[in-house]
Amino acid sequence: MSARTQEAPPRRGPPRWLLGILPLLVLGALLFAFVRIDPLSGLREEFPPVEELTVERAVLESPTGIVLTVRNGGPDPVTVAQVLVDEAYWNFTIDGDATIERLGRATIRIPYPWGEGEAHEVTLISSTGVTFAHEIAVAVETPETTGKTLLTFTLLGIFVGVIPVLLGLTWLPFVRRLPDQWVRFFLALTAGLLVFLAVDALDEALEASEGVAGAFQGLGLIVIGVVVALAALYALDGWMRQRRHGDLSPLYVALLIAVGIGLHNLGEGLAIGAAYALGEVGLTAFLILGFTLHNVTEGLGIVTPLARARPTLLQLAGLGLIAGVPTIIGTWSGGLGYSPILAVLFLSIGAGAIVQVVWEIGKLLTREGKPLSAPLNSIGFAAGVLVMYLTGLAVAA
Amino acid sequence: MRKVSRRELLRAGGVGAAAVVGGGLLGRVGRAEEHRHGAAAGQGTGHGEATAHGGMGTIGTVDHARNGFDPSEILYDWDLGEVSRRGDQTVREYRIVAIDKEVEIAPGVFFPAWTYNGSIPGPTLRATEGDRLRIEFVNGGAHPHTIHFHGLHSARMDGVPGIGAGDVMPGDSTVYEFDAFPFGCHLYHCHSAPLKRHIHKGLYGAFVIDPDPARHPDQADAARRRSYEGAREANVREMVMVMNGFDTTFDGENEVYAVNSIAFGYQVAPIRVGNDEDIRVYLVNLTEFDPINSFHLHGNFFDYYDTGTSLVPTVHTDTIMQCQAQRGILEFNFRGYEPGMHMFHAHQTEFVELGWMGFFDVVEGRP
Repeated sequence: MSARTQEAPPRRGPPRWLLGILPLLVLGALLFAFVRIDPLSGLREEFPPVEELTVERAVLESPTGIVLTVRNGGPDPVTVAQVLVDEAYWNFTIDGDATIERLGRATIRIPYPWGEGEAHEVTLISSTGVTFAHEIAVAVETPETTGKTLLTFTLLGIFVGVIPVLLGLTWLPFVRRLPDQWVRFFLALTAGLLVFLAVDALDEALEASEGVAGAFQGLGLIVIGVVVALAALYALDGWMRQRRHGDLSPLYVALLIAVGIGLHNLGEGLAIGAAYALGEVGLTAFLILGFTLHNVTEGLGIVTPLARARPTLLQLAGLGLIAGVPTIIGTWSGGLGYSPILAVLFLSIGAGAIVQVVWEIGKLLTREGKPLSAPLNSIGFAAGVLVMYLTGLAVAA
Repeated sequence: MRKVSRRELLRAGGVGAAAVVGGGLLGRVGRAEEHRHGAAAGQGTGHGEATAHGGMGTIGTVDHARNGFDPSEILYDWDLGEVSRRGDQTVREYRIVAIDKEVEIAPGVFFPAWTYNGSIPGPTLRATEGDRLRIEFVNGGAHPHTIHFHGLHSARMDGVPGIGAGDVMPGDSTVYEFDAFPFGCHLYHCHSAPLKRHIHKGLYGAFVIDPDPARHPDQADAARRRSYEGAREANVREMVMVMNGFDTTFDGENEVYAVNSIAFGYQVAPIRVGNDEDIRVYLVNLTEFDPINSFHLHGNFFDYYDTGTSLVPTVHTDTIMQCQAQRGILEFNFRGYEPGMHMFHAHQTEFVELGWMGFFDVVEGRP
């Protein structure tokens, strides 16, 4: 390639910025013409409107009342004409207009005498007769935001997230005394744990995305969450390396792991809080012990990179809190104001962050020219996945 | 439904543990609150006033003018045809046009219907036993249609595809012609394929043949009283009720049940009757997708004449059931009753809460 072709040849004519936005101008003109001329108007008459309504949230009030937050995720406005509860037409009021615009939201109040612990199905009928059903699997009163419920959700988060992680941190003295190859074994084990968590977070994100109104593209939110988390942490990583001229400190890797686990726990707290508030789960001592056992491994993951470092007690506690406390925030927002969009975003950000952390651990493993493929590494990695699976059995009913 | 998946959380069989949240909410829920708007059931209301039933029911009103038919008028709307004589036989000529039309079947809920003469049910044809009937059928819809009458006629006049006129194509017309037999409460409907779609879209109506007293000398008085003129002489309030349903989602299950098409139509506008008059209901079941429908009258009993082909009651009861196309005549009165609202509805409670419920508003004398 010659030097001449590498430089932009000098040209006369319109400035570069104009050429850059030229396609956009043409697109704008096309859109304008499309809207004005409306070439598809003849076609449209032939088809009924495409209607889509999603119930984002159902609040049960005591003793009578179901309050639905409904989102129009379809391409056309939808008019809510009637409401059925358990196959019976029921009185209702709708905040604002009965016609919900595209991407719009409305609140529907139904004075229905629901039954504690029973299942109910609410069906919305649009003006064209299309029905949208929402199942309330187990009817329990939606907790109001009071000091007492906040305390309950805080305790839930502490039991499920904070205590297990802090307990896991106490493995630090143990990993300190391990010879190098066994530290690497536990690093690989940590990577295994994290891969399990990432897959799990993705699975939960996929499940939560079913509750996202169509126009908001649940799957798209997952891609955004994962990619943004990966890109942001990767950029942060590069920036830190530039500042430090070389390898990352073990403390920094531990911090990354804590952040990744924390994001995951935030999403998990959301799901647990929402399920708990919806009466889908009951807490038993067995379940709490199961969570503790299962999440203790998260603490191990954080301290393993610190085997050769000298963190202060304050730093350790800070790492534990970064990983654990988001669970509490999750249970709060999940229990008191669940939003499927937020749940999907948090869970997928968590998944992306964890993938980045696994990458960092891989780099730790290969420091000083050590091969990644050492047998102990592979065994550790597999063991990590297995440990997650086996301790997971403890919380399965 | 969203679940917590990662740890496959224990699904609480009971919800005892969940009561921790919010503390002691058990015992405060599940009690029905009485919601009474306007006049409550059991109290007399003015015509057209909504009668609430514990919060159950639709919201808003149906624009009957836009529909082109009003359930309060369909009750009493008899099509006696254009009458002429041919020798000693009465000839009745009717004209029925199939029209595609959007019908508001519950407030704000529109159903893309196929209708006879723009209403569901179609016109209530009425004739006398032995009359010559000539029904001109014009297909103004977008699909082939027929009219298949229940009664006695030749195969050519049966209104089924492939026989006689067969399917009447859009824009085409035909004439069905036969003598009116037997007397009773009958029906007609489209028989084009797919049959269940042509019926549930709205192509049906009642077809009443009055007994000719001259043909029933032993029961001449009863036959006279059963006839259109005789009923009016004897102050019998006659009405037509076609039990039907609408599957607005086209999934083979009805979203709306009603008599004469409008969900809760006679709850919103109760049928005013007097406690000094006889009431006769020609009841026809044209509900699609469900094996049976039923009729139950509150606080009263009625004589039921199955298919209306007898002048002697089949049964004295307060509840009857009909399979699709089964029909009959109900006779009752409220003599000696104080004024009040008497509910009537299907005794499949599912149908009740989906629209098949109404009231007789019983008033003094003859309204």
